[in-house]
Amino acid sequence: MERLRKYGFVLGFLAVPVTLYVVFVISPYIQAFQLSLTSWNGYQANPAFVGFENFTRLFNDEVFWNALRTHGIVLLVMPLVVLALALVFAFLLNLGGGSRGAGMRGVWGSTFYKVVFFAPQVLAVAIVGVLWKAIYRPDESGVINGAVMKLGGEPIGWMSDPNLALWSLIAVMVWQAVGFYVVLFSAGMSAIPKDYFEAAALDGAGRFTLFFRITLPLLRDTIQVGWVYLGIAAFDCFALVQVLTLDAGGPDGATTVLPVEIFKTAFSYSKVGYASAMGVALFFLTITFAVLTLRVTRREKIEM
Amino acid sequence: MRNKPKPSALSGLSHVALAVWALLIILPLLWTFLAAFKDNTEIFGDALQFPGAARWDNWARAWEKAHVGQYMINTVIVVFFSTLGTMLFGSMAAYVLARYKFVGSKLIYLLFVSGMAFPVFLAITPLFFVVKQVGLLNSYLGLIIVYIAYSLPFTVFFLAAFFRTLPEAVAEAAKIDGASHTRTFFQVMLPMAKPGLISITIFNVLGQWNQYLLPLALVPADRSKWVITQGIADISTIAGYEADWPALFAAMNLAIIPVLIVYIIFQRQIQSGLGAGALK
Repeated sequence: MERLRKYGFVLGFLAVPVTLYVVFVISPYIQAFQLSLTSWNGYQANPAFVGFENFTRLFNDEVFWNALRTHGIVLLVMPLVVLALALVFAFLLNLGGGSRGAGMRGVWGSTFYKVVFFAPQVLAVAIVGVLWKAIYRPDESGVINGAVMKLGGEPIGWMSDPNLALWSLIAVMVWQAVGFYVVLFSAGMSAIPKDYFEAAALDGAGRFTLFFRITLPLLRDTIQVGWVYLGIAAFDCFALVQVLTLDAGGPDGATTVLPVEIFKTAFSYSKVGYASAMGVALFFLTITFAVLTLRVTRREKIEM
Repeated sequence: MRNKPKPSALSGLSHVALAVWALLIILPLLWTFLAAFKDNTEIFGDALQFPGAARWDNWARAWEKAHVGQYMINTVIVVFFSTLGTMLFGSMAAYVLARYKFVGSKLIYLLFVSGMAFPVFLAITPLFFVVKQVGLLNSYLGLIIVYIAYSLPFTVFFLAAFFRTLPEAVAEAAKIDGASHTRTFFQVMLPMAKPGLISITIFNVLGQWNQYLLPLALVPADRSKWVITQGIADISTIAGYEADWPALFAAMNLAIIPVLIVYIIFQRQIQSGLGAGALK
């Protein structure tokens, strides 16, 4: 009786969440793999099976390689800049206050800084895109160009110059992401026992030594997690590219990314099969990246 | 003591670096706020000028004519019910998966957690057709259900971790007192899990409020059901000279300010929740 009651309870509690999850999350993922082997346009009653034709076409598609190039550059640059800035800021916030008196502490006002730095993180990426679109405007009505022209410079085409657009895009991603990692690393740093720093400081270690010899090695796991998060984010960029860049991926495909192409292919051109093939490619890229990062950077854990 | 860093000089430099980054965040937001009071000529003129007058009618036009009021109400309705549903179903699943042993519990848990690793873009096209098939395209209910389903992996993962830490003795005591499993959950375990529930609720509210891709795909046709991110992104794409730019800036502030207020009120929970999650 008691056993029966327990199973009834378990079943009752799991029924709704598992059903919702299977119908709206698991089944679309499985269907995506099936659809990637068809030429379905979203209307035909029976999707025509075409084997790997979508993938052959994909590998000969210039847009696909263009998008991969964008992901590649974002993947190399964005996490590096975000993590470097976040580590330095977190170090200054938590340990930059000097070692006068009893041990290391943070600079004055560190709570204020943490609150401000994290703020962009709570804004919708779509809204951030609209905001920066105004800041990046190509004439004096843009905030940056307004300042540049006041100083006697020529206005710069932040989003319209094909050589510059991607970097302007990455700058916005960095602007939004840094605060999250400052908070993440701050939490990690406050878990490092203070005596480590005090002992090292007594031995005459300077601030740079403290940072590179104590903080960095002990934060290794947190940094690795951050690297994986940011790498996965580099394979997304949908909302920002969609809203901020010229014609969603321009100029001239300089900022195009796979998610934007998937969305266009599926919902504007109704090529559902082909869009699903792009989705499958994106899936394998993301998974490969995550597994490789975890493999390559794996190391014995340091005991604290 | 020769090798010791000079606290004053270095902490001065630290302050400069930190203050510069803080300004890089505050100034764009402040500029957007001021731009919401400008008229069209000022917006297309020198960016670094203050608005000539406090034009509150920009905000009124954004709310009425640009439909931002409607978008906000839609977003509030959707996020309220989807967060409620996410927390109810998420905590039910997490509780059972964390504290009951039964065949398949590991598998179901893994199924939920693996959802965090998949890119949504793989699912988005088939998801559109699933939602279409059940007749929920362009509806609040469709959006709410999909938000719940896609918030479950994160919610189940964190709440299961939380429920595992709760002491067994309390559940045992409730059982001896004759409380049913369901009653034990709602009246004993949920109240004990309150700190965890609060942080996850905040994360879900923020995440669902900021969602852009799902509404874009699932509420394409019916403008009267659009959410705020969709509405503002749309206003910005149609905006040329003839468009109502002051109203757009006012609309952006209407979207930004409530989120910032919620964030500032709950910033301690958000940051400590994040820290606890990171150190697990």
